[in-house]
Amino acid sequence: MKLLFEKSVQGRGCDIFPDDCGFEQIDLGTFKRKQAPHLPEISESELSRHYSELAKRTYGVNNGFYPLGSCTMKYNPKVNEAMANLETFTQIHPLQPIESIQGCLEILSKASKYLCEITGMDAMTFQPAAGAHGEFTGLLLIKAYHDSRNDHLRNKIIIPDAAHGTNPATANMLGYQVITIPSNQNGGVDIEKLKAAVGDDTAGLMLTNPNTIGLFDENILEITEIIHQVGGLNYYDGANLNAIMGIVKPGDMGFDIIHLNLHKTFSTPHGGGGAGSGPCGCKEFLTSFLPKPIVINNDECFTLENPLQSVGKVKAFYGNFLVVVKALTYILTLGKEGVKEVSQNAVLNANYMMKQLADTYDIPYGNQTCMHEFVISLAKEKHDLGISAMDIAKSLLDHGIHPPTMYFPLIIHEALMIEPTETETKETLDEVIAIFKLVYQKIKSSPDKLHASPILTPIRRVDEVKAARQLHLRYNDWDKS
Amino acid sequence: MGSYIPTTKKEQLEMLKTIGYASFDELFSHIPQDVILKETLDLPSGLSEIEVQQTIKEIANKNKVYQHIFRGAGSYNHYIPSIVKSIASKEEFLTAYTPYQAEISQGILQSIFEFQTMISELTGMDVANASVYDGASAAAEAIGMCREKRRNKAYIASTIHPDVLDTIKTYAYANGIEIIIIDEVNGKVDIETLKSSVDKETACFYLQQPNFYGILEDASQISTIIHECGAKFIIGCHPISLGSIQSPRESGADIAVGEGQPLGIPISFGGPYLGFMATTNQMVRKLPGRIVGESVDIDGKRAFVLTLQAREQHIRREKASSNICSNQAYQALIASIYMATLGARGLEKVANQCLNKAHYLQKKLEELGFRLVYDAPFFNEFVTESTIRHKELFNRLEDLSILGGLPLDEHRILWCVTEQNSKASIDLLLQAITEVSK
Amino acid sequence: MNIPKELKYTKTHEWVKEEEDMLLIGLTDYAQYELGDLVFLNLPEIGDDVESNEVFGDVESVKAVSDIMSPATGIVEDINQVLFDQPELINQDPYNAWLIKIKEVKEVNELMDAEAYIAFLASL
Repeated sequence: MKLLFEKSVQGRGCDIFPDDCGFEQIDLGTFKRKQAPHLPEISESELSRHYSELAKRTYGVNNGFYPLGSCTMKYNPKVNEAMANLETFTQIHPLQPIESIQGCLEILSKASKYLCEITGMDAMTFQPAAGAHGEFTGLLLIKAYHDSRNDHLRNKIIIPDAAHGTNPATANMLGYQVITIPSNQNGGVDIEKLKAAVGDDTAGLMLTNPNTIGLFDENILEITEIIHQVGGLNYYDGANLNAIMGIVKPGDMGFDIIHLNLHKTFSTPHGGGGAGSGPCGCKEFLTSFLPKPIVINNDECFTLENPLQSVGKVKAFYGNFLVVVKALTYILTLGKEGVKEVSQNAVLNANYMMKQLADTYDIPYGNQTCMHEFVISLAKEKHDLGISAMDIAKSLLDHGIHPPTMYFPLIIHEALMIEPTETETKETLDEVIAIFKLVYQKIKSSPDKLHASPILTPIRRVDEVKAARQLHLRYNDWDKS
Repeated sequence: MGSYIPTTKKEQLEMLKTIGYASFDELFSHIPQDVILKETLDLPSGLSEIEVQQTIKEIANKNKVYQHIFRGAGSYNHYIPSIVKSIASKEEFLTAYTPYQAEISQGILQSIFEFQTMISELTGMDVANASVYDGASAAAEAIGMCREKRRNKAYIASTIHPDVLDTIKTYAYANGIEIIIIDEVNGKVDIETLKSSVDKETACFYLQQPNFYGILEDASQISTIIHECGAKFIIGCHPISLGSIQSPRESGADIAVGEGQPLGIPISFGGPYLGFMATTNQMVRKLPGRIVGESVDIDGKRAFVLTLQAREQHIRREKASSNICSNQAYQALIASIYMATLGARGLEKVANQCLNKAHYLQKKLEELGFRLVYDAPFFNEFVTESTIRHKELFNRLEDLSILGGLPLDEHRILWCVTEQNSKASIDLLLQAITEVSK
Repeated sequence: MNIPKELKYTKTHEWVKEEEDMLLIGLTDYAQYELGDLVFLNLPEIGDDVESNEVFGDVESVKAVSDIMSPATGIVEDINQVLFDQPELINQDPYNAWLIKIKEVKEVNELMDAEAYIAFLASL
């Protein structure tokens, strides 16, 4: 398919602005741009068709099943979009007088109140723009807390080996040394190894529960207590919150700080990779460190205040506000009953799939009840028959299904992590289970087909080595066109 | 109440039975008793769609939408062409995930590749990434890119947006980079101070162009000073201004970052916005975030794919220089459509409208007793000083649904004019001020 | 699996060659095979200190990053610049694609000879 630049013809364009604006032309002198940028020269009709073609080569959760473990690809409700598109939200300047933004501040305040109730926290900031950004904010709180107590020895963060890559990357961004704790044979944190690793130099622990294998670590209270005993803080990675809403609160599991992914648990769309929103919540004793400003509710009259020991800002203004609007609309739709039902059914759907795939695929922890996701392993098939998780995943594409998350978590070899979410029907799950089994049969009957897949997609497997060795990151052939 | 769960209670019980559980409680029976919630969450009961949108609209109506906006300061009210909204509303783009599976994501990947190209062209740089959270975090990440073993000092102009400065400081608190702020003189960077401050420990200098006051800084002169001491020059640019003013490349930048909100994204009370980052070929591997590259598939067909992933957190983990995972893909798509709709000519028209209208307003305000504070070339924002009481002035503007410039203190105001401000709109503002001045 | 007899080996799959009073370090055939197609590498600068058992750089394939460990303490005399543009040379000719040269060698780990390395690989 051609690029916009390859479709450009000199002289073409759209007619959005008048040629003459009717005002005196100011001379920019030495500040004038010398070389005009090469941007597309294309008519509105061609532009429209170009993106229609691109849309056909794009697969969203609105197109079909999307069992990406750790991503919670649930249905994106349309009323959320309608609310976020209200002019009374989109046309509000962030620096308007406080009396004219009471609606926006109420949205943030209510969202904070409800999300704190769901997670067992006392305060929340919506400034972080994504989950990783929320993690960054959370660790900033940990650093600021220890610094405020002149406790400068604490330079280590403890992270289980099953953790998402953003966890150690975030710790590194703050100059912490990462201490990796291995998982025990049940997939949980190895308590003895944890006890041996903690000390006066422990700043905190980063953990998610259920963990990235989809299991609820039953020792959670003991784990968080071990950290508290040595004076560290516990940070909860909220990526897996969809499994426990209304059932367990991170705040009750010994966590002091959390981040949430509104674009996962709270149904806001992924948009091809963002924008998300990664609010960071904390217990009372950490509130004064939150990024500035925070929303204060004085009897339904809202103001913005800077927390006394604020870590500063992690981005301009207040956060991805329209995303929060979508999430709040969703929470109001769900209500107290719906929130719990979401988690109950997320867990049900995952177990339903897992139990029925257990006779076909190797599921390392398949004898336990999983939470909202589970992991299958193709390690044995790779070793014996040369068929990898990648082959299975690419083959699923030929059956119209987006593959599960591949090669994560790292502690399971040739992993495929499956998270169906609660918004799938029983028929869809049954259909998908059948397809998974069909694909598995190909391992013995037609392994070459698996290696060659996908065949039916717009393109086939990409030469990623070439992409990395011969960097071609932009169009540059202006002279040719 | 809705939960978007399609299965009925009956179906759910059947499914539970199929896998050996009598109830949901049994499904969760492995959760320890000392953490399991015994009460229902203290939330309101769920609402039907008609009720929920009434509730949200009621809250939204407590906001005031101004018909005439003369305030910028990091958030700019530009015209969004209808085709931008139309294309962006396509469900595929909205509900797709990150394009890790290249075979079914060519649409997203190609649109990012086009975005990367357009941002590179706009800034004059060699390559760009697929976007980051916003302009402020882009600035902070760019500073991180310049850090070297023996260069740990980042010099920052004081004339930048206060939120960007706060963000830079917060990131520096996290990673230990030393921040040195270079003072201003007459609204611009104090070049003499800069010259005498930088040394061989300087990693970089960050400049905003046009700066927070709307003034055009002497970027080329600054570039020479910075490069002489072996440091890197980062320019935080305004994408609309690049339709007519010198590109960061022409000004000598090694890295160009900026806030992409003006490129078709509504002001939205501050977010979601769009951070862009572009740099030279030499520095491409230091760019954080996602990057799309062009390659071929096994049939030799053109194929786009996320590349250089070994820089990123999901592979490098604790060795990653940035933890960034999500980008602002959807906002980048909107910006691409906007830039493609306008083209270079359209962007120049918008830039000129902003430039010319702002200068018109400035002259007229001068006549009404609003003195231009800094005598320097500006783009579409400028600072005035007057003795007129702000309370009276802004009350009058309020009545006419005009959002005036941003008060910087009791006497100074930072004004902004865009192509959205028609002549009638500007004249309405002037008339209101005339009445108040009397 | 090619394992030249004249070289020494580490448990982390680097090969070591003594050349005059310097040590040359590279990646073994086993290492390049396991890593797959290499696309980039990060090396120290000339003049940097390296320490035995410490990471001095890494190699990237499309899907992974792998640390390279130093078997000795010393100073980096030279780095093989050509590999930055052609990392595939490590895959094609691992024993000629040296990564760094270490001079002023103070401490050297216990290294395996070819036979011991073959036995070590068999045990994996």
